[in-house]
Amino acid sequence: MTTIEPVPALSPQGAPQRQGRTFADGVRNALPKIVLAPSFAVILVFVYGFILWTVYLSFTTSRILPVYKWGGFDAYFRLWSQPNWYVAMQNLAIFGVLYIGICIILGLGIAILMDQRIRAEGLLRPIFLYPMALSFVVTGTAWKWFLNPGLGLENTMHNLGWTSFKFDWLVNPKMAIYTVVIAGVWQASGFVMAMFLAGLRGIDGEIIKAAQIDGASTVSIYRRIIIPLLRPVFLSAFIVLAHMAIKSYDLVIALTGGGPGNATELPSTFMYSYTFTRNQMNVGSASAVMMLMGITAIIVPYLYSELRERKQ
Amino acid sequence: MSATQETVSAGGARTARYFIYAALIILALVYLLPLYVMLSTSLKSLDEIRGGDMLAPPRDPSVAAWVRAWGEACIGVSCVGIKGYFWNSIKMVVPAVLISTLLGALNGYVLTKWRFPGHKLVFGMMLFACFIPFQAVLIPMARVLGTFGLSNSTAGLVLVHVIYGLGFTTLFFRNYYEAFPDELVKAAMIDGAGFFRIFWRILLPSSGPIIVVTIIYQFTNIWNDFLFGVSFSSGTSSPMTVALNNLVASSTGVKEYNVDMAAAVFAALPTLFVYVVAGRYFVRGLMAGAVKG
Repeated sequence: MTTIEPVPALSPQGAPQRQGRTFADGVRNALPKIVLAPSFAVILVFVYGFILWTVYLSFTTSRILPVYKWGGFDAYFRLWSQPNWYVAMQNLAIFGVLYIGICIILGLGIAILMDQRIRAEGLLRPIFLYPMALSFVVTGTAWKWFLNPGLGLENTMHNLGWTSFKFDWLVNPKMAIYTVVIAGVWQASGFVMAMFLAGLRGIDGEIIKAAQIDGASTVSIYRRIIIPLLRPVFLSAFIVLAHMAIKSYDLVIALTGGGPGNATELPSTFMYSYTFTRNQMNVGSASAVMMLMGITAIIVPYLYSELRERKQ
Repeated sequence: MSATQETVSAGGARTARYFIYAALIILALVYLLPLYVMLSTSLKSLDEIRGGDMLAPPRDPSVAAWVRAWGEACIGVSCVGIKGYFWNSIKMVVPAVLISTLLGALNGYVLTKWRFPGHKLVFGMMLFACFIPFQAVLIPMARVLGTFGLSNSTAGLVLVHVIYGLGFTTLFFRNYYEAFPDELVKAAMIDGAGFFRIFWRILLPSSGPIIVVTIIYQFTNIWNDFLFGVSFSSGTSSPMTVALNNLVASSTGVKEYNVDMAAAVFAALPTLFVYVVAGRYFVRGLMAGAVKG
């Protein structure tokens, strides 16, 4: 799926019928803008206006309800002195790195296997992809059951005769964040596979043929030629996954509820609990601003380059 | 069959083929396992779950847990099952998808065929709106919904989903219409067709594929949403995902794992159904969401 070079747009001024500028013409010329205006206004207010509102709240003394009394950087100092916030940031780092890394490696691996003239591709592809259709709440619920220390995987292994098998990650504060990684990878890796598969199908076969004539092995063709050519796909996959990692909230809530204790706290769960249950709305807003800054740092350069590319 | 496939695997040995198939089959089984466990658990009795093996197929499959989940399970204090919440989700998702798709189509049409100075900035700002963490708008939205009396209502959630879906739907249609030949639009203009006539008679009739993609994408996103649902609704006004989470997270009484799993199946069914029926378009929708239009 490549973007198609834009054709010069038809501006109302460029329209062929130009004889006489009447009032009707004026309305007709303005019509496209009138149609777009409500959507754009809504985005301006509900996205950009609300972001400013949240930023402002983070500089106030708001607790249970928004109050508009200036509090300076107090909320940010409080945020960064919370041990809980450090746990959230540390968990995001662990979750983000493993989730993005494993999804990309697994997705690329499966895509390469699927690209080997596989007979049942039409059957296999949907199997890897279906988790993406499920909500994080369903995903979390399913894995919570699957990893249930008493009745799930552990019990199954015991029944199979491996009685010393122990798998209590879900209730082990040191390991719980890794169960979030498992469920997250299961949910998203199929989609990454689809992206890589599309990328592989888009590669020019001539280059590979030439390399084969030179006697390169399949492995080295992949390592030296094909994988480097997939760079744009790596970038897209990274952007999508990084953005999902920062936003992910539902999965943690459904799988571990942020626990045991605060072991699986993420910035998203931190924001929610400080804003709505711990009555520290200004600290909650400050954490939301931090999340926004993280995503902006990833997305804006990407969108900028995407939109520029189309221009030339 | 792509050229990549043919050339790369040309020299592949037989053992390599066996390895590839074995690896793919094992991976496929791993991906299917949670769904299988979810389904089979929902068909078992509680005794069988407690005494038996998670992977064993149900000895005596029964839909009793499904019936309980649908009509009797306790969510919070009311024990009327999840059916009400299922309908809440339907009532939320249908108007939200239709409105945001129509607006997205109009926006995409303007942004490609009726460009004006600054159109790129407008599009860029709408595009960025797709990616913001919703935590950054949560508090103001709660205040605004409260002010307009839309808290805890399906109408409020429809509004929220339309607003925060606009960026995506505009992106889809904008990319699709970018490839639509301008000559056809120009010719219609010469014939005297106006703004809306061109849209209804020329662009919309050939927008089938992108309409399907957009509807699937929006349907999946809105049905699966949890954050907005849990923030802006409570009690009986909640959508399905919130009800499921409340059911599973509740710690009172005997834990009915089979009922939990049956409820999860109900929450998964609509999107799985869409995925099975329109899987091809589903992937395309996901890809478009990845700014790869």
